[in-house]
Parts: sequence; structure tokens; C-alpha cells
Amino acid sequence: MSTTAHWTEAFAARGAAGEPAWLAERRAAGMATFAAAGFPTSADEDWHYTSLAPVAGVPFRLGGGAGSTNVADIAPYTLRAEWPAFVLLNGAFSPALSSLDAIPEGVRVLDLARARAELPAVLERWLGKVANGDHAMTALNTGLMTDGVVIVVGRDVVADRPIHVMHVADAGAEMAAALPRVLIVAERHAKATVIESFVGLSDAEYLVNAVTEVVVEDGATLHHLKVQREGVKATHVGTTEVRQARDSHYLNFSFAMGAKLSRTNVYTILDGEGCGTTLNGLYLADGTQHVDHQTRVEHAQPNCFSRELYKGILDGDARAVFNGKVYVHPIAQKTDGKQSNHTLLLSPEARIDTKPQLEIFADDVKCTHGATVGRLDEVGLFYMKSRGVSAEQARKLMTYAFAADVLETIEDETIKAALEELTLERFTR
Amino acid sequence: MTPILEIKGLTASVDGKEILKGIDLVVGAGEVHAIMGPNGSGKSTLAAVLSGHPAYEVTGGEVTYKGQDLLDMEAEERAQAGVFLAFQYPIEIPGVSNAYFLRSAYNEIRKARGEDEVDPMEFLDLVEEKLKLVEMDPAMLQRSVNTGFSGGEKKRNEILQMAVLNPSLAILDETDSGLDIDALRIVAEGVNKLKRPDNATIVVTHYQRLLNHIVPDYVHVLAQGRIIRSGGKELALELEDKGYDWLLTEAVA
Repeated sequence: MSTTAHWTEAFAARGAAGEPAWLAERRAAGMATFAAAGFPTSADEDWHYTSLAPVAGVPFRLGGGAGSTNVADIAPYTLRAEWPAFVLLNGAFSPALSSLDAIPEGVRVLDLARARAELPAVLERWLGKVANGDHAMTALNTGLMTDGVVIVVGRDVVADRPIHVMHVADAGAEMAAALPRVLIVAERHAKATVIESFVGLSDAEYLVNAVTEVVVEDGATLHHLKVQREGVKATHVGTTEVRQARDSHYLNFSFAMGAKLSRTNVYTILDGEGCGTTLNGLYLADGTQHVDHQTRVEHAQPNCFSRELYKGILDGDARAVFNGKVYVHPIAQKTDGKQSNHTLLLSPEARIDTKPQLEIFADDVKCTHGATVGRLDEVGLFYMKSRGVSAEQARKLMTYAFAADVLETIEDETIKAALEELTLERFTR
Repeated sequence: MTPILEIKGLTASVDGKEILKGIDLVVGAGEVHAIMGPNGSGKSTLAAVLSGHPAYEVTGGEVTYKGQDLLDMEAEERAQAGVFLAFQYPIEIPGVSNAYFLRSAYNEIRKARGEDEVDPMEFLDLVEEKLKLVEMDPAMLQRSVNTGFSGGEKKRNEILQMAVLNPSLAILDETDSGLDIDALRIVAEGVNKLKRPDNATIVVTHYQRLLNHIVPDYVHVLAQGRIIRSGGKELALELEDKGYDWLLTEAVA
């Protein structure tokens, strides 16, 4: 396929000096998978409503320019907190923008190159092993991943503050592709919060194809939040794949409000008994934005639960997709799964395609799903107006109220407040 | 003296069906008017039309409120000018706290009147005093508007809003429906305490029971979209005894 030639050439041209053999092998395998599959289009089942055809033929440079961003430029995107921040600028680790002094004790946060030197066994064990090599975009990332970060939360460590990974694109990202790779390992009985922000500082046209691999070991709890605020002309594909061991808890929240086109994949495997997974999200889109969430929760062991609540608010000609799959293996008895997707349409042109899928092969499970699409409740608006609230303020309050319950699920009060503010701002312009 | 409300020949329809067929009513300051009538007579439609409900279309007539053309005003403008409707079925708004909602409304009304907005602390002082009026737990302020409230709590919340917003014209739409006698007494006492020489109340009800607690100066019987009889409070007692049928028969004859 001709659209892959640009990428296979980039692969051939790259220097792989110093990389271990296992990594070279995994990269080559990834590249081969991508070359065979090509960019996903609406012909692919999982991409029925979202096509990457518009960017398939674009010869994006691999990695952006050095960029001119300084610490003050990214300050408004730190979610108003002074958490340790690992910053990737246009796909490459930026020590100058990062602030890694306050990393909680027992937690390692290393860029990929340093992780290869200091945590070789962790990398070899997990990198490219958690994420599914069959997915074309994941395979492309594996083949060409430019930089990234490895976070290891040690055994029994309870991190007392979140770690913020910021993927920043500035004007230097123009016509460039960033393929960052993140690996998070929460060791036995560890507890931590990791935020990944994707921030566009300019209106450059760029592609982000990010892959995050997550390992949650026995009894560990990981809160993982994604805040997607890419630039207006950006195309964003972000895939998070999670492997959970016995009695672990993984809580993902996806907040999506940026990019021209964005696709967020969250795939988890509950691969031990007594696990819990909570996947929640809020997407806000207007204009001609396209925002797609795809989740897959694989119940591979008995006595696990999963909860999903995705909400969206769409205005203008925006289009959203939600595709949630829950797969229950025959062995996974007593699975308790619940999934819902609710979308509020503020304009007649906005559109959502929602597709819940349950595939259940065990016979003693409790699984439900539901989806609603609605408009602002006229009676509620009238009730507010009848109390003197202006029509505009009533609309804002009702719109915000729609999103309030899903934001309420965020445990960290600072993050919750920051995302509530972003949501309010979005509808009070 | 200029009346607070003057309705002349008001006709209104919903979904093309005419419900109000010519209402005439004058409500003066300091007065309590009861509007009674059988189900489907148009009582709630009248209340909704006066508050500016978008589902009802006014097809004719005039309504003057304190000298202004009420029908020309948006729902929020009416509220800002001092018209208040206590809903028969108060609306649940999950995600917006009672306190935030009430303060937004209060401040918008102040703003419309050219007054300064109050901050949350000042507002809390004001509300706490009004809470006592309807015997409401302050914890209810932090809950989402009407969400998960019992029937009685919803009605009390309506009266709390009324107490805070301090209207010149309060319209109570079947506020007694679904209330037990204790809740009814609390709600009625709240309304009575809010009565002043310069405001007016319209009580829409199906039953005479509420009028034992909120004593009306005038009682109007609405049937088939028209006021077919007006009188003093004794008319309500007569209706309780005889029902509505004798009036309907008379009206037809």
C-alpha cells in the first residue's frame, strides 16, 4: 500500500545504534504489521465510523523540530498544580521543560533512553508485550517510537502526588508526527495517579500516535487520566492497553476536548481474580471536530467487575463515536459488568454513533449496557428561567450539569476541579 | 390603585387545542385569589401561561402586570419583574446544587433590578433564615435541585425559592397535591408568612382543603376555559359540599 511507503522508508533510514536485539526485533515486527495493514479506514470493523484516510497519504516528518516553548508557555496546562511533570515536546523528552525534583519516593520516572540503561529487565519484559501488536497504529508506534517515558511505582509504594506526563506540540510540530511510548508499571500493592496531557500550543497540522502500556500488579491501584487538548488541526490517536493482575484496580478517565480528529482506545485485560476496572470519560466537541472512544474490557478471570461511563456534549457539526466492547471468557464466572454512554446534542447537526457490544461466554455473570442520546431538557430550562435565570445561563448550567456526575467520579480533588473548570469554560465562552 | 395583575379576554392553546377561552381577572395588591375547578378546566394552563411556559400559545387577550405587558416578556423577564410560579411538579436538575441554583436566580434578579450581586457567604445567611420558614434541613441546599426529594420536600423547596426570590405575584399551581396534612400545613404557613400588603397570591387548587390554611379573599371557578363563577371564601366551602357539577349545569343552562 502506497500510504505506508513513507513510513517504511523512515524506518529503513533510522539509526538503531545501541538498541538491544529484542527491541530491534519488536520494532521490525511492528513495522511489518503496519506495512501489511496500512492506516485504518472505515473498511476496518473497528474503524467503521472513523477513518484515518485523510492523514494516510500525508508525508509527516518523523519527530518535530526543537520547538521554542518555555516553561511559562506550558504553565496554563499543568492543571494548576505543581506536580512532577515529565514533558515531551513534539515527541521528544525535554529535560528543560520537565520538573522531576518532586517525584515521590519509590517511584521511577525515566525517559526511554535512560530506562534502557537502568531498567532493562522491566523494558524487555513489558515494552511491546502489553499492547496488541495486531493493531496497525500500535504496530506503527512500536516500529517507529521516538521517545517516551517509563514510570515504575515500586512495591507497596503509595505515591502521595500525581505524576504528570505532558505531551506538548508547539509550532515546531507543523507537518510532523509524534509517536511517543509510555510504560507504567504499578508493582504489587502500589498506589499511584498518572495524568497524561496532550497539549497543542499552536494551530499546526500534526499527527500524534501515542501508545501507553500499563501493568497493574497484584493488589495495586492505578488512577490514570488522559486530558486531550490537542491543537485544532491535529489528528490524535492514543491507545492505552492495560494488563491487570489479581485484586488490582485500574481507573481510567479520558477527558477529550481538542484536535480535529481524535481517537482514544482503552483496552484492559482483567487477568487475575478480584480485579476491578473503571473506565470513564467526557468528550466535548463542536465545530467539525470528530471524537472517537473505543473501549474493550476483557474479563479473563472470575469475580471481577468493570464499570464504564462515558458522556459527551456535542455542538455545531461535531461528530462522536463510542464503541464499547465487554468480552467475558468462559472461565470468568461472577463477572459484574456495567457500561453506559450518554450524549447530549446541542445542535441539530451534531451526531453520535454509539455501539455497545457484549460478548459473553460464561453463564453466571451480570452484565448490562445502555446508551442514550438527548437534547437539553426544555422543561428544565423553563424551570430555571421561571426563577429569573437568563436563557443563556440556564443553557450553560444544564449543559454543565449533564457532565457533572461523570466528573464527580474523579478521586483527586485538584484534577476534578481543573476538569470541571475546563468544562465550564468550554460552555461559557 | 393599579392592580398587580389584570387579565382581559385571555385565550390560549396547546398543540393547537384551545384551553383558555376568554379569562378576565383582576388581582389587587394584598389579595389572595383562589382558582378552583375540575380536572382539565384550564387551571394549570392559566398558571403556565402567566409564567411564560413555551408550550402554550397565547392566541388572544391582554395581561398587564404592574402596568407592563406581561405577554411581551420572556419567562426570565417575568421572574425578574417579580412573577413566581410554584410548580405542581417541580423539576429535578441533577448536577446543579440547590444553593448554586438559588443564588444564580437571586443574583440575576438583583442584576436585572440594578442591584449588586451577593457573594456565597452573604447568600447563605439569607437562605438560612428562609429555611426556617419551611422547616427545611440546611443539608438540602447542597443536594442537586429536587433530585431524589420526596413530594413534600419538593413543594417545600418551591416555597423556599419563593421566600428567597420575594415575588410581587406568586402563583401556586396545585401546591397541595400529594401533600400529607403536616407538609400542607408547613407549606401553607410559609405562604402566609410571605404575604404582604404590596404583593399578591394566586392559589390554583382542586381541593378546598388548602384554603383552610391559606384563606382567600376571592374564589374563582374555572371550567372549560372560562371563569364561570366568582365569590368570596364561602364559595370554596359550597364547592366542597356540592362538587362542581351544579355549577357546570348552571353554566350550560
